[in-house]
Amino acid sequence: MMSENKEITNSDKSIAHNNSAKKENGRSLIKYSLVGIVFGIVFVKAEIISWFRIQEMFKLQSFHMYGVIGTAVVLGALSVALIKKFKIKTLQKEAIVITNKPFTKGNIYGGLLFGLGWAMTGACPGPLFAQIGAGIGSISIVIASALLGTWTYGYFKEKLPH
Amino acid sequence: MIIIYYICRLIQIGTTMNEFIQTISTPWPWYVAGTLIGLTVPTLLIIGNKTFGISSNLRHLCAACFPANITFFKYDWKKETWNLLFVVGVIIGAFIATHYLSNPTLIKINPVLQQELAKEGITDFKNLLPKDLFSFEALFTLRGFILMVVGGFLVGFGTRYANGCTSGHSIMGLSNLQWPSLVATICFMIGGFVMTNFILPYILQLK
Repeated sequence: MMSENKEITNSDKSIAHNNSAKKENGRSLIKYSLVGIVFGIVFVKAEIISWFRIQEMFKLQSFHMYGVIGTAVVLGALSVALIKKFKIKTLQKEAIVITNKPFTKGNIYGGLLFGLGWAMTGACPGPLFAQIGAGIGSISIVIASALLGTWTYGYFKEKLPH
Repeated sequence: MIIIYYICRLIQIGTTMNEFIQTISTPWPWYVAGTLIGLTVPTLLIIGNKTFGISSNLRHLCAACFPANITFFKYDWKKETWNLLFVVGVIIGAFIATHYLSNPTLIKINPVLQQELAKEGITDFKNLLPKDLFSFEALFTLRGFILMVVGGFLVGFGTRYANGCTSGHSIMGLSNLQWPSLVATICFMIGGFVMTNFILPYILQLK
């Protein structure tokens, strides 16, 4: 099992969101949509997808977003620590693998560029999709532009400093 | 007597259900949202060994639709279908929350921000986003075009260059104590602070 996992993660470290060696069929993939649905509801109900909330965050006019991200990180870190300590397995009885994020200069340059865009659109990629669900049709333009941005990065990747 | 008792019980359960719907229809506080978002990390790991990260979907969509023989888009994106389905869920969830759990009152916005925006002619505070900046009509104003098109491009380009966004770095990466994610998160925040406080005021003047 472990060697299979390694083969997958070694193929491209920058993808590696799927560390499961087992192939899942259509029906078992629905569970990810269910988690997504809860996530989408939270995004709207806690107004995380609001442009105003992001402006308030960057102007230090509200604690809300800091509270959301802070609580999420603390709980996430606690969960990951518990998973590692007790070697908790997946429901499919696989060992849980979390791929490390390698450092590149892209973390800095890309991070700064994304930060600029985040404050402009008032949304990171997750909220952009949620805004579509909330019925704000014009955000499809923002997503199309984000896709073009990702594509452009792919096109120029080798020429950019990393 | 017993029947009356059970009818009363049922009505009681009905009212608690209504109260429950009413309660979750008000805006949720940060600790509720933070808890649910934080728990997404172990949930995805345990139900299928998946690491949380949303911006990768932009790459998967490029790989699926316009790979154009670029090495960066040549990989088995079908293996990441789960993540695309996660996003489909996010869209459905947002739809449900907007249509069935919506809160009739206006969202509360810091009065200082409201005043600052009003000076630039942004007076619509009814929605999650200001219509004066984000709408098909606003796209034909200079500031609307810059915010929607240039802003969107920077989100797509920047997240991929940084190898992650708020979910992949700031939540998943920090939860796994990855220092490159901390670097990325600090850079996200610097970029955001600079834009909001030093650049955006000028963009908003371009009506």
